Amino acid sequence: MIYLELLWSFIQIGVASIGGGYASIPLIQAQVVDAHSWLTMTQFADITTIAEMTPGPIAINAATFVGIQVAGVPGALVATFGCILPSCIIVMTLAWFYYRFRGLSMVQNVLSFLRSTVVAMIASAAISLVILAFYGSRQLPSDLGSINPVSAVIFLASFIVLRKWKLNPIYVMLISGALAIMLHCIFGI
Amino acid sequence: MNKLLNLFISTLKISAFTFGGGFVIVPLMRKRFVEELGWIDEQEMLDLTAIAQSSPGAIAVNASILVGYKVAGFGGALLTVLGTIIPPFAIIGVISLFYKAFRDNVIVSVALGGMLASVAAVLCDVVITMASSIFKKKALPIIMMVLSFVAVRYLKINILLVILFCAAIGVLDALYENRRTKHDLS
Repeated sequence: MIYLELLWSFIQIGVASIGGGYASIPLIQAQVVDAHSWLTMTQFADITTIAEMTPGPIAINAATFVGIQVAGVPGALVATFGCILPSCIIVMTLAWFYYRFRGLSMVQNVLSFLRSTVVAMIASAAISLVILAFYGSRQLPSDLGSINPVSAVIFLASFIVLRKWKLNPIYVMLISGALAIMLHCIFGI
Repeated sequence: MNKLLNLFISTLKISAFTFGGGFVIVPLMRKRFVEELGWIDEQEMLDLTAIAQSSPGAIAVNASILVGYKVAGFGGALLTVLGTIIPPFAIIGVISLFYKAFRDNVIVSVALGGMLASVAAVLCDVVITMASSIFKKKALPIIMMVLSFVAVRYLKINILLVILFCAAIGVLDALYENRRTKHDLS
């Protein structure tokens, strides 16, 4: 029964992907390419590329894509449902605990330390994204001068607009996308 | 506007713009739910991010479950989960019909490059705002922030381990404070 197989595979992916994002790629590959041959390795590489180009978590993107390829739209619904089911159960339980006990001074103290860690993690993600945007790869290249000038200008302009006028990030992103297309069409860069 | 409808539409909009990894949802949610609507406070948003990060599954999905739960309980969480998965589901559903053409399209990749640069700026902006609230506090949280950063970024230590370690330090610090105040009283 293909629907049950999809459901079970993506439940496993949902449970096992802790840390999110790129940590889940090998897990998805193990289920979708190695265990079930639902996608070839080339198709899998395609879906990871597309996942980076589209909004939303990679696991949800993969679930939708695999589901459609294997069993049409119902397959996509089942796979996506499987993917989020573990999160829903676990996170709602944690949410209940958080709102029940966050007033306790011990919990308060632990949370105040976790806030520091969260800021550190977001800072690390921000640096990775800056490198990706400037150089098109996740690793800093040896030649720092090979920076993409359009990206650098858009980054600086967005940063100033966000800090100074507190413009909604969604508008900043839309304008940046449009600006990049305009620069490409006019100057060919 | 009806609160639940507002919650659902806000989540739809935010999810449609979560490019470049799960953490990007944090500044977008912060803008909407902390600054614009005032439904969640600043510290709480950081707590929810910590819970979202340390639970299994996608950060974006986890964070929206938490926000939905906070705003409208169990039903709110179901609503925000739906709002979060509909945009990627619909977009991938359509793109899967012609994904090779989409992947190789120049205009798409140019627009994406531009958006990625501004997403990087969005994350940098929120880091500065959040870090400055940490810097107003005691020395220990600042040290923990710097240590966590080095652990995650340069030592590549698993994020969950870093979170557990920080929680343990938090417990120890609370016990120490407790003993000291008792000692002072006696």
